[in-house]
Amino acid sequence: MPEERHTVMIPLGPYHPAYKEPEMFKLYVDGEEIVDVKIRIGFQHRGIEYLAQRMTVQQIVFLVERICGICSTSHPTCFCQAVEDAMKLEVPDRARYIRTLIGELERIHSHLLWAGVALHLIGYDTLFMYFWRYREPVCELLEELTGNRQHYAMLCPGGVRRDIDLKKMKPKILKVMREIKEPIAKIGDAVAGDKLVKARMRGVGVLTRQDAIKYCTVGPTARGSGLKIDVRVDEPYAAYKELGVDVKVMTEGDVLAKTLVRVLEIIESIEIIERCLDAIPNGPIRAEFDEYPVAEGVGKYEAPRGEDIHYVKLNGTTVPERVKVRAPTYANIPSLVPQLIGYSIADAPIIIGSIDPCFSCTERVSIIDVKEGRTIVLTMDEFNQFSRKRKNPLKVR
Amino acid sequence: MSVKVPSNLDELLKLIEEELKPIKVDIKSDKRVYVEIRKEDIRKAAKLFLDLFEPLRARLSTASAVDCRDHFEVLYHFTFSQFGLVLTLRCKIPRYKPEIDSIADIIYGASFIEREMHDLMGIVFKGHPNLERLILPDDWPEGVYPLRRYG
Repeated sequence: MPEERHTVMIPLGPYHPAYKEPEMFKLYVDGEEIVDVKIRIGFQHRGIEYLAQRMTVQQIVFLVERICGICSTSHPTCFCQAVEDAMKLEVPDRARYIRTLIGELERIHSHLLWAGVALHLIGYDTLFMYFWRYREPVCELLEELTGNRQHYAMLCPGGVRRDIDLKKMKPKILKVMREIKEPIAKIGDAVAGDKLVKARMRGVGVLTRQDAIKYCTVGPTARGSGLKIDVRVDEPYAAYKELGVDVKVMTEGDVLAKTLVRVLEIIESIEIIERCLDAIPNGPIRAEFDEYPVAEGVGKYEAPRGEDIHYVKLNGTTVPERVKVRAPTYANIPSLVPQLIGYSIADAPIIIGSIDPCFSCTERVSIIDVKEGRTIVLTMDEFNQFSRKRKNPLKVR
Repeated sequence: MSVKVPSNLDELLKLIEEELKPIKVDIKSDKRVYVEIRKEDIRKAAKLFLDLFEPLRARLSTASAVDCRDHFEVLYHFTFSQFGLVLTLRCKIPRYKPEIDSIADIIYGASFIEREMHDLMGIVFKGHPNLERLILPDDWPEGVYPLRRYG
């Protein structure tokens, strides 16, 4: 990229209050068009892997649960599966079904949250309200099932920590699923057919199939570009082998495709839950074990945002030698570079939002004077002031 | 380079055996395979697997760097969705000279994770197009690597 074309650099970020991993997107723009993107992460690096080397396996389950506040059963399930893989531990059937139930309820509320935020980003607040209205009963269900709206603390190596009262909860869950299924399908149709949504989302932020493979993308981001990959089908864990999953794939690769993939997945999750509730067997919820071996294991989980992968190396004590965590967004962020280049600044929020990091606001704006190599960082207020007075900030300072 | 696309796990392992001459192949189960290769062969392995990305719905999921006291290990976790397989390539790196060739210019998805391992474990990836700080702050002292367990 020729340096002299970089007349203005606009950073998006680094802090997004709603998002688990704040990032910094330096957008190099030529007029309105984005010509280059530089990504910097690590602004809220909490040293989870460092802490995990100093905690027992049972404690790490709660530690990794805190990695994400939205998909908070993904990481503990994935970590427990890695430990079970290392220990060759068989999970009891009832525990597998409970894991599936919690995981799918979480996928529904996470996708609904994202769909609302995405439509909010393009200024369509009516549909944002509608999506979030149907998210609330799902969160309440999770609270009644596990005791918490988030951070359910249901997982432990070898099974789940608490049983669920199926007799009481089954009719309640089925009622909520029945109530939200039709409206969500309807809103999905509204999104697909709406002229305004099409104008903002169709053909914007296209990730080609080749780029999706090249950048090793996962989850709905990859499935929106025609890659049929889903850990639930490719490497069935929990009870997905028995229950089956219909993987939703769109080929367009634009923001609209990624949105519709998620809406279709919500409907699919509702159907999985309905099948799951009919099939939950009775029995123990936890496998017993004596001690940790010297072994290593890999766990994989299809989180709402894509494939989550954990690597665990046990050394025979309760404290593991190494825990490696790779969240799905980490795999998807580099693919934003081909998605952003060529589109306008106004499309950047929805394109970045389309991989499902909750994007919030532009915090600061810095302006680079390429000729003199100066960088001035302005607060939003200052920037607005300059904008209103139409003065060149470089001349003022 | 074009290779015949393996249609099952045995053929894939045979291909790896022929092309990479691994030091050790450890088949834990039909979903988890660990292959130890010489660190000089990592670029060859990356090129070999890149050709399989499209037909086998494969990708580089991530890589883990592990401090094993007398040496470092870099584990590249490749996922082959077609077989439901996680194939882990293990490279041992001597402690006195923690260097390995970068594969970021072959597989784009490796760029972030190599920078992260450089930050946290102090492993140098030779030939990486942009081996800058990714995770740690800019004012973090040089030569301090938080994930090293044994100094």
